[in-house]
Amino acid sequence: MSLTQGTPTTAEANAAAPAKLRPAPDPRRRRGSREVRSAQSSKTLFLMILPFLVLIFLFSYLPLAGWVTAFYDYRPALGMSGSEFVGFQWFEMLVSSPTQMQQIGQVLTNTLAMSFLGFATSLLPVFFAMLLNEIRAPWFRNSVQTLTTLPNFISWVLVYMIAFSLFSTSGLVNSVLHDSGLITTPIKFLDTDQHVWLAMLLWSLWKGLGWGAILYLAAIAAIDPALYESARIDGAGRFQIMRYITFPHLMPTYVVLLVLSIANMLNNGMEQYYVFQNAFNKEYIQVLDLYVYNIGITGNSLSMATAIGMLKSLISVLLLVAANAVAKRARGTSII
Amino acid sequence: MVTTPSPLPVRKPRKSTPPSSQRTRGDIPFAIVNYTGFLLMALLCAYPFYYLIINSVSANDASALGDVRLLPQGLHLSNYEQIAGLQGLSSAAIVSVARTVIGTVCTVLASAFLGFMFTQERMWKRSLWYRLTIFTMYFSAGLIPMYITMKTLGLTNSFWVYIIPLIVQPFNIILVKTYVEAMPRSLQEAAEIDGAGTFRTFFRIILPNMTPILATVAIFTAVTQWNSFQDTLLYVTDQSLYSLQYLLYTYTNQASSLAQAAQNAQGNLGSIVSAATSQTPTSIRMTVAVIVVLPIIFIYPLFQRYFVKGIMLGAVKG
Repeated sequence: MSLTQGTPTTAEANAAAPAKLRPAPDPRRRRGSREVRSAQSSKTLFLMILPFLVLIFLFSYLPLAGWVTAFYDYRPALGMSGSEFVGFQWFEMLVSSPTQMQQIGQVLTNTLAMSFLGFATSLLPVFFAMLLNEIRAPWFRNSVQTLTTLPNFISWVLVYMIAFSLFSTSGLVNSVLHDSGLITTPIKFLDTDQHVWLAMLLWSLWKGLGWGAILYLAAIAAIDPALYESARIDGAGRFQIMRYITFPHLMPTYVVLLVLSIANMLNNGMEQYYVFQNAFNKEYIQVLDLYVYNIGITGNSLSMATAIGMLKSLISVLLLVAANAVAKRARGTSII
Repeated sequence: MVTTPSPLPVRKPRKSTPPSSQRTRGDIPFAIVNYTGFLLMALLCAYPFYYLIINSVSANDASALGDVRLLPQGLHLSNYEQIAGLQGLSSAAIVSVARTVIGTVCTVLASAFLGFMFTQERMWKRSLWYRLTIFTMYFSAGLIPMYITMKTLGLTNSFWVYIIPLIVQPFNIILVKTYVEAMPRSLQEAAEIDGAGTFRTFFRIILPNMTPILATVAIFTAVTQWNSFQDTLLYVTDQSLYSLQYLLYTYTNQASSLAQAAQNAQGNLGSIVSAATSQTPTSIRMTVAVIVVLPIIFIYPLFQRYFVKGIMLGAVKG
C-alpha cells in the first residue's frame, strides 16, 4: 500500500478535486485521502466475500432463529404466527411426564453407551498403526492400508446394504452356517434387539478403524529415528521400543482426538443408526440425533424435537468449551 | 480389483525397524501373527465389496440363496442391462453425478477464494468474519430448525439444496488459508505492483499455485457429495431428485416389489425369463450397490495420497 508514497495517484487526484471547496489543501487532507483509498479497498475486499458471508448467515446462524419453535406448539400448516405460544411446556414435559422421561432416559442411555463404547475402543487405531508399522514389506503394508481405509469412503447406506447381504436371514453368513450344519433355522442378526450396541460398534469399527490409524502412522513416521537407534543400542526389544518410544509419542495426538470426541459425545450423527433401525432394534438404536428425527419428521412433534435438539446443541457447546479448557491446561494450547 | 497404491508421502524411507542381525528368536512368531492378523483384517474389509461384485454378475437364483461365495457362478451381465430400465435409476444417476460435479466445483472455488481472501489483512474487520465463519463448525441449530430454514428459503424439493448449503465449508477454508499463508508473500505483492486487482491476482497467481491443496479439498468434497444421503432424506420428497444413495436405501427396503416390477417388465417384453437371469430382490440390491460403490473403489486407490494429506493437514489445525 505504502509503495505509492510520493507519487500522486489518480485516486489522490480525484480526492483532491473536491478539496478545492475547502480553504486550503492542507497535509491532513492529503493523508486523509490515502486513508480513504485504503478504506475503500478494504471495504471492497469485504464486499467480495459478502455473498459467502450471506450464505454462512443463512445456513448457520439464521437456523438458530428456529429455536423459537421450541416455545410454540408449532404446526407447519398454520405457520409460526398461527401457532400457539406455550413457553417452556416442552421442556417441562421432558422431565414431568413419566413415559416421556423413560423414553428420553433410554435414548440418553443409548447415546452415551455408543459414545462410551467409542471411547473404550479409541486406542485400537493406535495399536493398529503401531503393529502395521512393524510390517516390513512395503507392498503389504500399503495394500493393507488401502484396503482397510476403503470402508471409510462408502456411505452408511452401502454399509447397511453390505450388512444386509451378509447377515440377513437369507444372507451369506446364515447360508454358510446352514450348509455346514451348525444351525437349522436362520439367525436373525439384523432384526433383533440383542447386542444392538455391540453390532453398531463393530460396524463403525469396520468402517473407521483403518482410517483412524492413518493419523497415527503419520505420527510414527515423524518420530526421530535416532530415538529408536539409541533404544536398540541400550538393548531394548521390539515390544519395549513400542511401549517406551512409539506409544508415548502417539499420546499427544490421541489425547486431542479423545478430548474432541468427549466434547462430541451427544452427537453420534443419525445416518448409521437410521439405516440400521427397524421395528426390533428401535429401543436400543435410537440415539439422540435419530430420536430428534424420528419424533420431529416422522412423528410430527416438531416443537418437542426442536426443544431436544436445542438442549443438545447448548450442552455440546458447553462440553466443547470445557474440553478446550482442559486441553489448554494440559498442553498449553487450545484444540479449537 | 484394488491396485497397490503409490507410497504415502508421509512415509519417508527410514530405518526404524531393527536390522536383521538383531532379530531375536521371538521375531519370527511375532511376524507370522502380525502378518496373519493384518491379512485377515484386509480380507474382512475387502471381501464384502468382492461379494457384491461377484453376486451382481452371477446366476440370480444362486445368489439369492447366498451360494455365490468365492467365485461367480453362471456369469452374466443381464442384471446391468435390466436394471437400467428400473424406474428412477437413470434420473438418480444423473442427480448424483450432477451434484458431485457441480457441488465439487462450487465448493472448491469458494474454499479457494475465501481461504485466499481471509489472508488479506487489509480487509475490513477480517478477523471478525473469519471467526464467524470458523465458529459455525462447532454448533448446529439442529434438524428441525434446519428443515424450517430450507423450507423458508424455498430449497426443499430443489436440486440446489444439494449445492448451496454446502458451498462454504469452514474446514476447507482453514486448509486453504494455511496453505496460502505458507506461500511466498512476494508472489502476491509482485502481482499487485504490476497492477493486478484482487480478482486477477487470485485467478492468475494464487489459484494456479495451490492445486495440491485444492485436489485434496476436491476429492473430499466429491466423496461427500457422492455419498450424501441425509439431505435427500430430509429435504426432498420429489422422486425425480432422489440421489443414487437414497434410491439404494429405498431399494433395500422395497426390493421385493421392485423385483416383481422388473419381472413384469420383462414379461411385457415377451422375453423368455430364466431363473438365472430374472430379477430377484437380491440381484437388484447387489447390482445397484455395485453401481454406487464402483466409482469409489476406482478413484480411492488413485487419490489415496490426497486423502491422507487432507487428514494430515486437518490434524495440524484440528
